[in-house]
Amino acid sequence: MTPPPHIIVLPILIPLIAGAIMLMYDERQRRLKLGLGLISCVLQLGVAIALILRAGGSSELGRNIVTLYLLGDWPSPYGIVLVLDRLSALMLLLTSVVALPALIYAGAGWHRNGQHFNALFQFLLMGVNGAFLTGDLFNLFVFFEVMLAASYGLLLHGSGRVRVGAGLHYIAVNLLAAMLFLLGVALIYGTTGTLNMADLATRIPRLSEADRPMIHAAAALLSGAFLIKAAMWPLCFWLPNAYGAAAPPVGAVFSLLTKVGAYVIIRLGLLLFGPAAGESAGFGAQVLAMGGMATMAYGSLGVLAAQDLGRMTGNLVLVSSGTLLAVAGLAMIYDDAPMLTGALYYMFASTLGLAALFLLAEPIGRKEEGIAGLLAVTAEVYGLDPEEDDDEPREEGTAIPGATALLGMAFLVCVLVVAGLPPLAGFLGKFGMLSGAVQRAWTLPGMWGHWAFVVLLILSGLCTLIALMRWGIQSLWANGEDPPLPVMEALPILMLVGTVALLTVQAEPALRYLDRTANALTENAVYIGGVMTAPPVGPEALASDAPDSDTAEPPAPGEVQP
Amino acid sequence: MELTLSLGIGVLVGSGVWLALRPRTFQVIVGLCLLSYGVNLFIFAMGRLVTGAAPIMPKGGFVNPDRYADPVPQALVLTAIVIGFATTALFLVVIMASRGLTGTDHVDGKEREQ
Repeated sequence: MTPPPHIIVLPILIPLIAGAIMLMYDERQRRLKLGLGLISCVLQLGVAIALILRAGGSSELGRNIVTLYLLGDWPSPYGIVLVLDRLSALMLLLTSVVALPALIYAGAGWHRNGQHFNALFQFLLMGVNGAFLTGDLFNLFVFFEVMLAASYGLLLHGSGRVRVGAGLHYIAVNLLAAMLFLLGVALIYGTTGTLNMADLATRIPRLSEADRPMIHAAAALLSGAFLIKAAMWPLCFWLPNAYGAAAPPVGAVFSLLTKVGAYVIIRLGLLLFGPAAGESAGFGAQVLAMGGMATMAYGSLGVLAAQDLGRMTGNLVLVSSGTLLAVAGLAMIYDDAPMLTGALYYMFASTLGLAALFLLAEPIGRKEEGIAGLLAVTAEVYGLDPEEDDDEPREEGTAIPGATALLGMAFLVCVLVVAGLPPLAGFLGKFGMLSGAVQRAWTLPGMWGHWAFVVLLILSGLCTLIALMRWGIQSLWANGEDPPLPVMEALPILMLVGTVALLTVQAEPALRYLDRTANALTENAVYIGGVMTAPPVGPEALASDAPDSDTAEPPAPGEVQP
Repeated sequence: MELTLSLGIGVLVGSGVWLALRPRTFQVIVGLCLLSYGVNLFIFAMGRLVTGAAPIMPKGGFVNPDRYADPVPQALVLTAIVIGFATTALFLVVIMASRGLTGTDHVDGKEREQ
């Protein structure tokens, strides 16, 4: 029995409602707000798991089920739709898996550091989830803006000179990106007369010669906006500063934001300019592949040059998103599903690892006075008197013994995952990409793209390893005393590390799911068929609770068995 | 009309880009405002230029779409204006905070060494 299609809208509604309720309470009710936020995150995790089961279908058949939710109940290409397929379900799961530990970590004290942390956190999740689910470009813009507006607030959370300086640049860059986004969307509407992604994909092959340069210009403008978000070189200089300046739990969720940009690039690139796009096939793919590789190189150098773990992790975010973009570009040119599988797996694992690194950075470097001393400094800058502001006594929870050992082990796991060394999940993802690339490079002699990618992938892993090990020796080995580590901060780190371990142990079903995701991405007929064929539900179908009220699920064309 | 509109958009975007690249926060925010005006006009123009046509069509019967303006860009531009206004206001607050914390209106928070 499949859950009703209304479940699709829940990843947007849950954080929206939770965030809205939080706004009604005074800042003193922090514990209540934290509780609400945790409930919301747990619910989102549950919904994401239900959705991934739904999108995956029964795993033996391996169907790619595209499920639609007609928000206004207008027929599909005219109304606004939410679309759930394997890729969006995967991204939703990644979001909730990262968000829950980050919120628990923030609950250890960071959320007291400024106002409305919990509400902004929920709105950020709403924007991210919405961007993954939406099926048309303008709604994508709206959810992007929701996400960005919340991220501005979160980046500035805790205030202070460094954060405000970094936030100023971050906001200016993202406002410019929003303008590019709007220009691209308007140009696409003016040329094709639609903003629905699937409808767009059917119209692009049939465009007249005069309109084709227009749609290419529009795609270039749009991808400018997304590549700023995904931080492709040379649009990435804002990222290490901003991410390094953010509070640790904020940095952890920010490691998701670049993935939103990369998700849209993968989705739109393969949908609109995949092999089925006629004369437009492969538009911009070379730029994507080369830009992605340049990002990997730049990020690797940045990791080597960085001194503190926050900046290092910021540069590692660049490496991770550059890898994804390069594979997306190569997959667009050569229609490579196996490499895409590896890249998606690596993305999932490395995002978890990066989020854990953001959380680890601060406790390892913490001195004896603990988080209270750090909070006192920021509160002073913020102009708050902690004594007068906090009605409840500040408790950090019991500090656990052997903190250095625990942090060291967690750090080691993160290094292994992010650098892509065996035996953990990062290695499996990198191995998938490498074997795909090498196979392709043998069959296509004279093409240097894949070889360059292989070399860069290995070198970036090496740079990561050198830089992180150097930092680890300085901070963990050379540091004699145990930093105080409350349970509330140890738990989320363990959760992230545990998820990575689970991903490694359960690699077979995960890879099978991702393999079909990659296949579905390269055959966009499934997605288009799923979106374009759904009939509206209608008031009578809603009123009579008939057993087949599940009409939003597409008929035969939406379900393809490989 | 086409020429006037395209010149208007061009001048707005051109001056907006120039101002957004300036080192003072006030110039940057004015530049971003001008840019968003240009972009909003551009979205509006994507519904084709017609004068004296309503964007709302009557219900039922034969409707000649040539006699009506395209309602979609008008709805889009309304959303874009609202979002742009909100984010600009937020940016203004951050600029004020930066001015208060650093004591300068340079975008980097410090004057360049001469």
